[in-house]
Amino acid sequence: MVRFILRRLLQMVLAFFGTTLIVYALMFAGQGDPIQALAGERPVTEAQRAYLTEKFHLDRTGIDGFFYRYFDYIRNLLQGDLGESLTGRQIGDILAAAWPVTIKLALIAMAVTVLVGVTAGVLAGVRRASIFDNSTLLLTLVVLAVPTIVLAPIAQYLLGVRWQLFPPTAGADPDFYSLLLPGIVLGSLSLATALRLTRTAVAENLRADYVRTARSKGLVKRRIVGIHVLRNSLIPVVTFLGVELGNLMGGAIITEGVFNIPGVGFNLFRAIRTEDGPLVVGIVSVLVVVYLIANLVVDVLYAVLDPRIRYE
Amino acid sequence: MRGNRPTRGSERKAGAVSQSAVQPTPASPTPEGGHLLEVRDLHVEFRTGEGVAKVINGVSYHLDAGETLAVLGESGSGKSVTAQAIMGILDTPPAVIRSGQIRYQGRDLLAQSEEQRRQVRGTEIAMIFQDALSALNPTFPVGWQIGETLRQRAGMSRGDARRRAIELMELVKIPAAASRLGDYPHQFSGGMRQRVMIAMALALNPKVLIADEPTTALDVTVQAQIMDLLSDLRRDLRMAMILITHDLGVVAGVADRIAVMYAGRIVEHADVRSLYKTPAHPYTKGLLESIPRLDFHGQQLSTIRGLPPNLMRIPSGCPFHPRCPYVQQVCVDVVPHDLVLGDGRTSACHFAQEVRDDRAR
Repeated sequence: MVRFILRRLLQMVLAFFGTTLIVYALMFAGQGDPIQALAGERPVTEAQRAYLTEKFHLDRTGIDGFFYRYFDYIRNLLQGDLGESLTGRQIGDILAAAWPVTIKLALIAMAVTVLVGVTAGVLAGVRRASIFDNSTLLLTLVVLAVPTIVLAPIAQYLLGVRWQLFPPTAGADPDFYSLLLPGIVLGSLSLATALRLTRTAVAENLRADYVRTARSKGLVKRRIVGIHVLRNSLIPVVTFLGVELGNLMGGAIITEGVFNIPGVGFNLFRAIRTEDGPLVVGIVSVLVVVYLIANLVVDVLYAVLDPRIRYE
Repeated sequence: MRGNRPTRGSERKAGAVSQSAVQPTPASPTPEGGHLLEVRDLHVEFRTGEGVAKVINGVSYHLDAGETLAVLGESGSGKSVTAQAIMGILDTPPAVIRSGQIRYQGRDLLAQSEEQRRQVRGTEIAMIFQDALSALNPTFPVGWQIGETLRQRAGMSRGDARRRAIELMELVKIPAAASRLGDYPHQFSGGMRQRVMIAMALALNPKVLIADEPTTALDVTVQAQIMDLLSDLRRDLRMAMILITHDLGVVAGVADRIAVMYAGRIVEHADVRSLYKTPAHPYTKGLLESIPRLDFHGQQLSTIRGLPPNLMRIPSGCPFHPRCPYVQQVCVDVVPHDLVLGDGRTSACHFAQEVRDDRAR
């Protein structure tokens, strides 16, 4: 197991360089005149141009220059310096402010997914073809069919504006309550998938031979379902949830946009819109790391849940 | 036969805490005149989207304390379904028990509540299955799975259950039992896995052990070891055993009596010796003739022609008639009753005596 984790960490280093290189290239390689892009419509004086050329190492050109700047960027990154955004703010500061909000939002969404999704999935799986099963089937279909860009504004309008159960927007430094509705909206999609996945897994495992054995041992049904079936059914669900947590941590661009939540997704969206190259690359670089770690955690959890999987 | 169990008594008591406190396990727990376990005229159907399959059509058999009954038949003959009905672990739906009785120590199990039946499972009647790999939970260590029965059913502490699980694993001759407690089912060989299953079934000292094709998934050499183990354990622990199999070779050395099943009914029932020597049902006779023999070199192996019947459309009269070499018009028209042949033998064939006396094999 230790060897597996070490190997995966090494792979993560490769993946990290690969993804950052691609994002960096996408953002900067094709730019005609980055200094003019930085200045926008305003004219740039010779002195300014000379200063910026020096600062961004633009005196080197071609592939050689690109890689020089890329490794310069990576070197700073590894020292914890994410650089400055085009607006002059430290990217590290922007992320430090945005991250806690996104994490809070992601955890709320995750809690909703696990508590409601997995619980309802187990119930639906145990009571196949019951009213409960069929109604959850219909409901999850609806949720899966409606995109967040539609679901979020509807929830915001009905629950936030019309009935005023929740604050319609979060604003700067949001508290738990104002993040609840966005969290539920964000979680509803993964909730639906988690529910369907759990239901199928439970229904399948209930027919497994080891369930027959557990019954012949004279165990009560609650224990058979709650211990034997659940443990086996959770294997695919945990895989899904882990990947999903990585997604959620990456910030929810639409949800954060609709509810005006100053999280990572919100900032990423703004950076893309304003063509703030350094900020986009900075955020994506960190997201890559978060995603890779989430995936590693899933794989480790997978082995813990299913002893047949041994990474050696 | 009365009194304490001599050799393994102390060892067994640990597992029987709750139960032996209530009743002092008499050697012959059968009420006067009755059998330990008796299936009476059992009818079971499977209701599926495609129709109703009549899987069990009037099965009756009995088991006395300490004896071994072999239930023989090909796939789909209903031998496993009968066993699962006894255990009360049939999946309902699709299975429906239409009628019949399953009497254990004089009480009809089918009339009992689910909770009462759960109490019987494991403590009175235990079962082991064909494929131990899928029958064991893949995600828990074997020691935990054996111990679970002891903790949940006998109220043992974790430590006691652990110690007892090691004893049980030693009882079924798993080498280095203590060190294998934490291993998972997939880390064992097929034979060792089946031993784990047996250890688990023995945990609560059942009086009846149902072994559902316990050696079918195993290598031939391992088959013999498992059969020997089962046979020794049955004798030492004074259990009664129902051995379900389709392998005539497995039965010979172990069973006292044999019930042969075909299309959901018992077609012949006899002690082992008579059945092998003078089969009284054409189906049994066909089975025996299709065993390869070392001394019959270069001859074509005899088979039973045709296929087992579709249980949704069981043939009229005797269900075996389309495949039977003795078939007459009466076989097509009339369902044969069990013909009593003496010595406790029965055969559900219109021509049972002729078949028995027809020695031309």
